[in-house]
Amino acid sequence: MQERIKQIDFLGLVLWIFRTAIIVSMLWGTIATLMDNPYSARAWTDTIVAGIAQGSLYALIAIGYTLVYGVLFMINFAHGEFFMSGIMTATIFIAQPMSASGYLDRHPVIGITVIAVVTMLVSVGIANLTERIAYRPLRGAPRLVPLITAIGASFFWQYFFQGLYGSEVKAFPQIEVIVGKVNIAGIEILKSQVIVIIVTILMLAGLYFFVVKTKTGKSIRAAAENKDVARLMGIDVDRAITLTFTLGASMAGIAGVLYALVFRQIHFFMGFFPGIKAFTAAVLGGIGSIPGAALGGLFLGIFESVGPGLFLEGLGVPSPHQLKDVIAFTMLVLVLIFRPQGILGEALAEEKA
Amino acid sequence: MKKSITTKEIIQKALVAGVIALSMSIIGFIALLGERELVKGWFSLGHVFLIAAPLAIAYVTVENMTHENNAKTLGVGFAIGAIASVPLILLAYIAVAVDIRQFLSNVSPALIELLTFGKDATTGSIYLLLLFGATGVFAALLNILPARVRHPLVIALAWMIGVATFSEILLGRLRSLLSRDLIKTIFAGKTLNPAFAVGVFLVALLITILWDAIGGSVKEKVAAFNPVQKKTMSAGKSLVVMVVILFLPLILGSYLSEVANNVGLYILMGLGLNIVVGFAGLLDLGYVAFFAIGAYVMGVLTSQGALGLDAGFNFWTALPISVIVATLFGIILGIPVLGMRGDYLAIVTLGFGEIIRVIAVSDLFKEIFGGAQGILQIPKPNFFGTELVQPGQLYYVILGGVLLALFIATRLRDSRLGRQWMALREDEDVAEAMGMNLVNTKLMAFATGAAFSGLSGAIFASKLTSIFPHSFNLIISINVLALIIVGGVGSIPGVFIGSLILVGLPELLREFAEYRMLIYGTLLIAMMLFKPEGFLPDQRRKRELKAEAELDGVEG
Amino acid sequence: MGIILSTRNVTKRFGGLIAVNSFEIDVKENSISSVIGPNGAGKTTFFNCITGFYEPTEGEIIFDGDKHVEGLRPDQVTLKGISRTYQNIRLFSSMTAIENILVGQHRHLKTHWVEAIYKSKRFVKEEEDALQEAIRLLNFVGLKGLGDQLARNLPYGAQRRLEIARALASKPKLLLLDEPTAGMNPNESLELMHFIRKLRDEVGITILLIEHDMKVVMGISEEIWVMDFGQKIAEGTPLEIQRNPRVIEAYLGSGAASGLNLEQGE
Repeated sequence: MQERIKQIDFLGLVLWIFRTAIIVSMLWGTIATLMDNPYSARAWTDTIVAGIAQGSLYALIAIGYTLVYGVLFMINFAHGEFFMSGIMTATIFIAQPMSASGYLDRHPVIGITVIAVVTMLVSVGIANLTERIAYRPLRGAPRLVPLITAIGASFFWQYFFQGLYGSEVKAFPQIEVIVGKVNIAGIEILKSQVIVIIVTILMLAGLYFFVVKTKTGKSIRAAAENKDVARLMGIDVDRAITLTFTLGASMAGIAGVLYALVFRQIHFFMGFFPGIKAFTAAVLGGIGSIPGAALGGLFLGIFESVGPGLFLEGLGVPSPHQLKDVIAFTMLVLVLIFRPQGILGEALAEEKA
Repeated sequence: MKKSITTKEIIQKALVAGVIALSMSIIGFIALLGERELVKGWFSLGHVFLIAAPLAIAYVTVENMTHENNAKTLGVGFAIGAIASVPLILLAYIAVAVDIRQFLSNVSPALIELLTFGKDATTGSIYLLLLFGATGVFAALLNILPARVRHPLVIALAWMIGVATFSEILLGRLRSLLSRDLIKTIFAGKTLNPAFAVGVFLVALLITILWDAIGGSVKEKVAAFNPVQKKTMSAGKSLVVMVVILFLPLILGSYLSEVANNVGLYILMGLGLNIVVGFAGLLDLGYVAFFAIGAYVMGVLTSQGALGLDAGFNFWTALPISVIVATLFGIILGIPVLGMRGDYLAIVTLGFGEIIRVIAVSDLFKEIFGGAQGILQIPKPNFFGTELVQPGQLYYVILGGVLLALFIATRLRDSRLGRQWMALREDEDVAEAMGMNLVNTKLMAFATGAAFSGLSGAIFASKLTSIFPHSFNLIISINVLALIIVGGVGSIPGVFIGSLILVGLPELLREFAEYRMLIYGTLLIAMMLFKPEGFLPDQRRKRELKAEAELDGVEG
Repeated sequence: MGIILSTRNVTKRFGGLIAVNSFEIDVKENSISSVIGPNGAGKTTFFNCITGFYEPTEGEIIFDGDKHVEGLRPDQVTLKGISRTYQNIRLFSSMTAIENILVGQHRHLKTHWVEAIYKSKRFVKEEEDALQEAIRLLNFVGLKGLGDQLARNLPYGAQRRLEIARALASKPKLLLLDEPTAGMNPNESLELMHFIRKLRDEVGITILLIEHDMKVVMGISEEIWVMDFGQKIAEGTPLEIQRNPRVIEAYLGSGAASGLNLEQGE
């Protein structure tokens, strides 16, 4: 409904106080932190670069949420599991044996490419299996129904892969060439972070080109606009939806590989929180918008990385980094209350929410 | 629509069944269930679940195909079963040839032994193929047999498997009652003796056949009762139910009472979330927050440890405060989400749940809530000087809470507020246009839901005597949501059934507890696909009929 | 006869689009009148402005003498005494017919929820009265015996009637009907028209219709306003409207087949 906000007369006031309180405490914390200046400039740049790398991962995962939401208007709760399943499988079946035989260090480029391809294939496979079995029969059902199914799918895959590969943390092998730092414009950056940022830029650019310029990409956008009309225009909507899941899961797969390169720890629960954060990023940027997802991801990554030190430290909060997730979720709540259409979004979100 | 079946379809269906059985095997589920032997020397629960997929798929396939002659139908059944065994046979061969445990940690020797019946790969494969083929034939046979044969057969089998599954619990309860010799004839170790299992099967078969023969006329007689007799009968029924509920701990013993208590705490939460999700249609995934708040308030107020407030609170005085604080938080966290709908609401409430948990774990309020170490030394409830230590005693505290919540939930459902909630669930805009204040209606739902959850949390804290922040994770919210959906969204009896199935069963079968979340996930999907209304759907009241009947009564 | 509803300069813009442009009507008390116009003329938007679903960008809506209803929330508008139905039936579909009507009575039920818990005498009495009233309304709209059916299981025509009964349950002074005959065959439409007249005569409320079906409108309305592209292009009695060249142009020009029905009016 158009004027939903005005309906909350006195509550509008409460919400306004709520927002103001958060913004004031953020500013207060920032000023206090800066006056105190507990960290060196070096520490700040490191935090920001880490934030950008983290944000890149969020952006890649967020694409999947945005695409699926754009076409089906459902939050694909299981998307984080697409991210997890691919890299987990590739780690166990490809990366670890490759590393044990020394192949990965001898031919790192081929090795990582093979890992990436396998990861994407598994992620895409799981995504389409989920869509085919759990989502497709429910098209046109009341909105809570596919959401609950997606929650079910999320838990199903988590614990399926736990059963498959065990619950312990798996180590993604260290690759010699990407250990250490490089110096870019006077700033020392971890090589793995550089890879994350470059690959993300390439992927996002490629995806944007694909969706906007190619005919197949246009069929997705047509299906997002109006499924009935798209069908009349001769577009195979089911195929467009499959394609949507495929694209989203490929991006999630790539994100999985990048995650593995940076963090080197793989386990069955690794998809859940990045998934929810990435959804936050998608909402932040305006759900349905690809540049929005990228921007939202970046913003959330930096915010989450810098936030605890910047806002909370000054407020005298002990061990502020424990509260990183609180910052991310507070962002989500703030955005959804005050700008549900996101940073770049059209009124779409509001209308369909 | 029935139609004849092609070879391609048979292979497709069979492979689906095979892949399901294979998946259940390689995630370790089958092997774990294999440890629970059902009938000594015969078969285990692992076998039952191994053949479940081919059985079900063969049954459904045969049911949907045209029936030409018995031989062909049975043949199709056999084909589906036999082909379904192929993936498992491949697995057995691969596992013998290479060490695949380094990849799939749950493909254990125990699994392979179960799949090959302890024989070598080739002999075992033939056995497995025959077992699956026989399963398919059995499924087809069930289709062909007339209902009067099929019904008792299925019921008797279910009884035998059911009794065998819970034989350990049965043993625990019977040991003190029966003589040692009798125990020995019934049980072999913890499992049933074949003779006794067959006995259970035959008795159940006989009773079912008898009931099928005369049950109809009994029902007719009951239906023909006059109003006074009917009233007496329903009064009798409620009396029996009341007596059973009142003396349940005595019947169950200590271990089962503990299970009943856990079920009870989930029923309490379920009744609350049922108001929020079921009545008002507000999908709340952060419901655990209020459970945590109730528990923490109880902990802080009554703990005898370093963190306790030491202000002279006991369980009973702290209880209302816990509930009130949880309710207030229900309202406070409800306000920001008033304008949100559907999936956005779900994700934000999930965020709230996480925020509360992360704050509890963090050092921020360590001096009050104990951070990751939690709060210890919370006293158990005290009843006129007796400390309620035994599960059988705590049962009554929880029972009281459940009855209170049940009473309030039922009354509210049948009031104007209940109708407001349902109208809100059906169509928010129209509900508003009916003149109702959406803000109040939503906040009432959040507040009531939070109150029940807070009550449950407070009792939980006192029952456990210590609380840790990681007990209050998202999984609890999902559990409660799952039990509501399985029982039937918006259905109060459904909450009870859902809790018994989803909380009670896994506690009785430890094997299930390990795969609990996997089963929940599967259930959520399966329910949405096949039975979205749940097992005990909400029954709308027949108000016109009743009013008319009353009117007739007055006039007549 | 007094004026029960008058809109002054009511305008609704969505971004650059003007959906309703300075629309003015005066609805006489206890009358049946209609707003007609081709598809997309802005009729439903206009209704939404009156009932609080939208806040008009400009203008005043005065109801029952001196009450300003523009900018109020839908629930507040209902409390003032305006009730409505929807173009695409919007019943509470998994509630029974009786429950739908009971929800409609919301505005007149006063007991607090606490009383519902301990079942105060007042609560029991109020619920009983509400139920009797609901059954009366159910019978009035001709759905006797269907009260315990789920709304979604009712046949189409019955759903339309149930929606009217629900709207009546709030005892409105003004009832807005948004294309009540949409999707009905001519016989059903005719029947509904008789029913609407009976409603006005027996219940004594004012009825404002949005309609597409010319035959319906001409046969029943005392006064008609014609809307095109958000603007009022004509007003008057059915006879005057039928002869108005601008109306004929608007209908024929927009290619609406219903325009051809004009001459078949009463």
